[in-house]
Amino acid sequence: MNVEFINPFLSATISVLKTMCFTEVKPGKPFLKKDQNSCGDVSGVVGITGPPNGSMSLTFSKPSIIQIVSNMLGESFQEVNDDIKDAVGELSNMISGTARNELGNKGYAFKTSIPTVISGPRHEIRHMCKAPTIAIPFTTSAGAFVVEISFEG
Amino acid sequence: MKPEINLNMKVLVVDDFATMRKIVRNILKQIGFTNIVEADDGANALQVIKEDKIDFVVTDWNMPNMTGLELLKNIRATEKAKNTPVLMVTAEGLSENVVDAVKAGVDNYIVKPFTAETVQAKIEQIFAKRAGK
Repeated sequence: MNVEFINPFLSATISVLKTMCFTEVKPGKPFLKKDQNSCGDVSGVVGITGPPNGSMSLTFSKPSIIQIVSNMLGESFQEVNDDIKDAVGELSNMISGTARNELGNKGYAFKTSIPTVISGPRHEIRHMCKAPTIAIPFTTSAGAFVVEISFEG
Repeated sequence: MKPEINLNMKVLVVDDFATMRKIVRNILKQIGFTNIVEADDGANALQVIKEDKIDFVVTDWNMPNMTGLELLKNIRATEKAKNTPVLMVTAEGLSENVVDAVKAGVDNYIVKPFTAETVQAKIEQIFAKRAGK
């Protein structure tokens, strides 16, 4: 996978969470993810059509997404309910869109799909291609979340 | 000088995500708008526009059934609504998308992520331009 794709998703995540959710996030060291097991409780997955084709996912721990969505909507949430899942979809949409805009400025013509949201303990994330998955861990004051990207080539 | 905006006008917020409709609704309320209705895609929005008197549309771009761009073109082709101000709120920031929206007659354009201040400024620009200021 082209490592040039990592930074746009990293900076899009920081920007969207800060601007729309009033949440400061700290990125950790990216790592190669070798299985389909999620690193959290609720995920949003977006297919990306290129070339190259690929996908992006966001996986949040329950405490992190509850705080993020509470900040974003100015409401207090306790559980991963339909409102939280809808918000995960919209966050996936915004982060993939922001990254795609930056990659568009570098000459990549990507299209993104409507996000799919999956939740529950030990859920699986199926990326769109068989290529290696790069995971970027993030921390917030309430907990952790992970952004995964996988592109063919 | 800020334009006079009729805060009692009926505003239609269109987005397939309830989260984004809520965010936009909250910002519109902060600005002072009191009469806000919602639709969850372009096709439903067009139905609301045909059946109701909508004064201002804030729409997402990327939606199932009918995109924001298709909705905009339909609004401009509908006699009753052809002059309705339309603000596009979307993750589509690429220049060709902006050009498409401008050609279709969008009044203004916001790329996600955005702040409440940006939304207010874009709305003020729309109504200042419409007032000839």
